[in-house]
Amino acid sequence: MQNQKLAKQLMKKSKTARYERFGHLLSLSALLLIMAIVLGIIIFIATKGLSTFFRDNISFKDFFTGVIWNPGTKTPSGQQAVGALPMIVGSFLVTILAAIVSTPFAIGTAVYMTEISPKRGAKILQPVTELLVGIPSVVYGFIGLSVVVPFVRNTFGGSGFGILSGTFVLFVMILPTIVSMTVDSLKAVPKYYRQASLALGATKWQTIWKVVLRAATPGILTAIVFGMARAFGEALAVQMVIGNAALMPHNLVSPASTLTSVLTAGMGNTVMGSLQNDALWSLALVLLIMSLLFNLMVHFIGRRGAFKK
Amino acid sequence: MNQTQKQSQIAILILRLIAAFVVLILAFLIGYIFITGLPNVSWKFLTSPAKAFTAGGGIGVQLFNSIYLLILAMIISLPIALGASIYLSEYAKDNWFTSMIRTAIEILSSLPSVVVGLFGFLLFVVQFNYGFSIISGALTLTIFNLPLLTRNIEESLASVSDDQRQGGLGLGLSKYETIVHIVVPAALPGIISGVILCSGRVFGEAAALIYTAGQSAPALNFGDWNPFNIDSPLSPLRPAETLAVHIWKINSEGIMPDLTKVSSGSAAVLVLAILIFNLSARYVGRKIFEKMTSMN
Repeated sequence: MQNQKLAKQLMKKSKTARYERFGHLLSLSALLLIMAIVLGIIIFIATKGLSTFFRDNISFKDFFTGVIWNPGTKTPSGQQAVGALPMIVGSFLVTILAAIVSTPFAIGTAVYMTEISPKRGAKILQPVTELLVGIPSVVYGFIGLSVVVPFVRNTFGGSGFGILSGTFVLFVMILPTIVSMTVDSLKAVPKYYRQASLALGATKWQTIWKVVLRAATPGILTAIVFGMARAFGEALAVQMVIGNAALMPHNLVSPASTLTSVLTAGMGNTVMGSLQNDALWSLALVLLIMSLLFNLMVHFIGRRGAFKK
Repeated sequence: MNQTQKQSQIAILILRLIAAFVVLILAFLIGYIFITGLPNVSWKFLTSPAKAFTAGGGIGVQLFNSIYLLILAMIISLPIALGASIYLSEYAKDNWFTSMIRTAIEILSSLPSVVVGLFGFLLFVVQFNYGFSIISGALTLTIFNLPLLTRNIEESLASVSDDQRQGGLGLGLSKYETIVHIVVPAALPGIISGVILCSGRVFGEAAALIYTAGQSAPALNFGDWNPFNIDSPLSPLRPAETLAVHIWKINSEGIMPDLTKVSSGSAAVLVLAILIFNLSARYVGRKIFEKMTSMN
């Protein structure tokens, strides 16, 4: 009798083991919840976004190559006016232009912070960039509206709203992001690379250009892609300065629109389940897919360029 | 001095100029926000309700909404992020499952916030029928906040030295007991810094909120703190325009006569709040570390 009881007690899991199991499962379930959210977002938006094509029978060709956006009405040639090309072009234009403008400034600043004057970099530039990464996008949008738009209007003519203003705002917005990530990748270049180069008689500039920047290239590319992803997905700041006309941009100062600007401006004015609404969800799906592609790019660059320790 | 040296000096000069130019832009930005904004900030501005059609409105309700949403979102997201980061840093093995989950978190953190907002709209506002409300906004902000908070907490857990874990296990504690009683307390300064930094990001977020917490700020009865009354400040089912949404909304509508004044004041308040979050993240973390370890 006593032996049996003892055996039972010994065979059973102890209180600690049960507690351990509980904790393990608790933390795992939090993780699975995040996983479920990610899957949920992708599935929900994909279902909504694809119904334009499968329920409302819009062809992919009309959607991606059409240039007239006025869902619910027909184009002069008799098709549904759901051409998303103006927004897609607008999004890519502001993103690529902003990246082209910020990259040299960002790399220059990062090199200054790590290679030329690390003391001043750490004392002044580091905290300032950190603060700027955190400034809300509506604040950038507001400054764009009150400084950049009038400036563009007075310098280049037009209304001031357009791709150019969007580019300026995004340039300042992604600059701190690219700078801080580039600084990290420059700092990750081992010191002996620099010492070896200087010992060979290279000047400081040759060391920076031919050794440090080369070694940090994958990290810098990742930083640029991150900046582009941020620019592509940015909604309100761009929406406030781009003019919100769903037209193909003729030049850099004519009003245009991006995927995000049309989404934020239009979602509240449409009825769920209508073609107007479905077409907006398709834009959201394009946005989601682009964000996944940016992620893939980061992975690809990261895998090729990791430092071997 | 030979040619390469000259070239080097010129290049470095150019780099200095670039850095100076960038500093100038950044200084202008911060200066502009504070110089145009702060004169508009007064106690009355911070506490009186907004006026849509006449000048002289304040941001009292919006400010309260921002803070309330931030607190709710943090209360919901902290346990989830803590659990997830405990698993990632302490239990996860290096296998396909872990790397899949890490990828998922990366994807979530890089999603445009407007996409997160639309998902929140679809799920909480429409599907769960919460409407444009505090609770929809708080849940959406949770989703927005989770990936970064998880990564921050995981980093601070990972920076706890392994000696601490071995000490706990050596004393006969189970792994989970070691984590709860030793690793998490040791990582507390880092965790708190992470929470404060994420708060700054959540505080200024607008795109995720315009279709979840709504774009209207009904007047609140600050004498009634019963969360079940609809005009009580604590009611989770009332629409709640936050400060960041307010800036966006009045500028895109363009109706308010003194919108430049109100938005520059609001922008200054937002940036000031974020500055405080950033500074206190460093300060509080360090203070707690000193207190816990009695190192001075």
